[in-house]
Amino acid sequence: MGQQILNGVFVGSIYALFAVGYTLVFGVLDILNLAHAAVFMLSAFIALLLVDAGLSLLVALPAAVLAAGLIGIVLERVAFRPLRDRADSNISGLISSLAMATVFEAIALQIFGPDTSRFPQGTFPDRTLQIGDATASLLQLCIVGVSVVLMAALTLLLGRTRLGRHIRAVAESPRAARILGVDVDRAIAMAFFLSSALGGAAGVLFGLAFNSISPDVGRSVELKGLAVIILGGMGSVPGAVAAGFALGLIEVFTVAHLGSSFRDAVSFVVLFLVLIARPRGLFGRAAAREA
Amino acid sequence: MSDLFLAYESLIAFVGINGLLALSVYATLCCGQLSLANAGFMAIGAYTGALITLKAPGVPFIAVLAAATLAPAIVAVPLGLPVLRLRGVFLAIATVGFGEVVRLFFVNWDYTNGALGLVAIPQRTHLWTIALALAVALYGLGRLRGSRTGYALEAIREDETAARTMGIYTTGHKLAMLVAGAALAGLAGALEAHHTFIVSPGTFVFGRVVDMLVQAVVGGTAAFYGPALGAAFLTVLPELLREIGARLGLAPGPFRLFLNGVILLAVILYLPNGLVSLPARLRRRARGSA
Repeated sequence: MGQQILNGVFVGSIYALFAVGYTLVFGVLDILNLAHAAVFMLSAFIALLLVDAGLSLLVALPAAVLAAGLIGIVLERVAFRPLRDRADSNISGLISSLAMATVFEAIALQIFGPDTSRFPQGTFPDRTLQIGDATASLLQLCIVGVSVVLMAALTLLLGRTRLGRHIRAVAESPRAARILGVDVDRAIAMAFFLSSALGGAAGVLFGLAFNSISPDVGRSVELKGLAVIILGGMGSVPGAVAAGFALGLIEVFTVAHLGSSFRDAVSFVVLFLVLIARPRGLFGRAAAREA
Repeated sequence: MSDLFLAYESLIAFVGINGLLALSVYATLCCGQLSLANAGFMAIGAYTGALITLKAPGVPFIAVLAAATLAPAIVAVPLGLPVLRLRGVFLAIATVGFGEVVRLFFVNWDYTNGALGLVAIPQRTHLWTIALALAVALYGLGRLRGSRTGYALEAIREDETAARTMGIYTTGHKLAMLVAGAALAGLAGALEAHHTFIVSPGTFVFGRVVDMLVQAVVGGTAAFYGPALGAAFLTVLPELLREIGARLGLAPGPFRLFLNGVILLAVILYLPNGLVSLPARLRRRARGSA
């Protein structure tokens, strides 16, 4: 039981970290950024390249996260900004982000090939710890720790800083924010930077956790991320955190009691039920929104 | 000429099948609904058709195709009733969930060999079968244009609330188009299964419905023939450019993917109404410069 909770929290922390970035962009632009999973994947590969080049993980992780953030800014410039004033920008934005995801995946395929790449042995000290009746590896605990710290940092940044206020203002109403003197373009670019950086961090942690990175590694997480942001409420950062952990736990218990073949199905069943019974999710805004 | 035809027979078949699939996405898109359930509908059609052919070889192919068209259409009704209340991105996400559930169902179903799928399906699809199916689909969707139903669909696309206020039965229209799209996807699935000899759950991943959407958008959804055109363009172009990619030292898989991405991006940024709007656009430009 304790072991299952631990495993659920561990998987859930990665889902949550991934989904927080996903939902942040949706909250600001009302657009589903389908390239988020591609950034997740690219960032894992960047970390792998840096580790292979002999750098310590302590350098490689922040560098890959920064690179992911910069990719996010490029993504916004190329795929989202030109479409912003279009009437159907939420569907055309979805499609242009899809286009960028395809390009990113093609680049990764060309450079790294379709096979699974792995971090070299000894990238992270191989140690296990005993907590109650459960065992956890040091790596798992560090992953949970890093995710929680990053999500807390984002919450603080959004809640307490000037930039956070600007991003929230744009999420509420870009026009009103502009009238009040907020640099809307910059706020949106920064939201993309933060979102992609967190998605990138999730990618590196995922790559470390399962020690396998391939160009399609983002696929499964992408669809689970959708389940998480729907369950948490589109655009709600605390909702995505709670729902990420919830989905991790649900999955682990499903595997334990129903068998592993149901693991992936359960997230879509959850997604489906939430959309039909309570489309605004656990923490979503109550107002009817035509996304 | 006939040699050329034989060499490219499979490519031509895929132009037709992809055309049907792109039209199946267009069916809901033309009333403003982004439904991404079509890989799931396609799977239902493909498995239905393949199972009938394998278990009851005596059944004529036309009946097999009819069953494969009908099965996903029937599934679409109970799916659509709750799901079509959702709008925009929410509808897209719910239908993605449905598609994945269908795929995972077939992965776990022992009767259809799970993840391996059904193999050694006799080849019963001919080029003319595909051409006929595509022609019927195009005719049906073309006839909608200018009809009472067609105007209702356009009204729903432009403003659903306003359409309902004008007395248009929005739920019924949306459901009808979802069912039509499901039927087309199922038909395409069965045609593909009897062309490639094999049906496996790996064919019906999320990426498959993305391909359909991309082809529909690149072709243009302002005209009923746009999606079929887009499918033809995106199916043939990578074959034509494969030589160039190889000369640049790029592997065919990534190169094709890269090309798809770049074309999609260029179309959505610079040609929002797709390839079908290109002639009018060029004419306008020519007149402007003269």
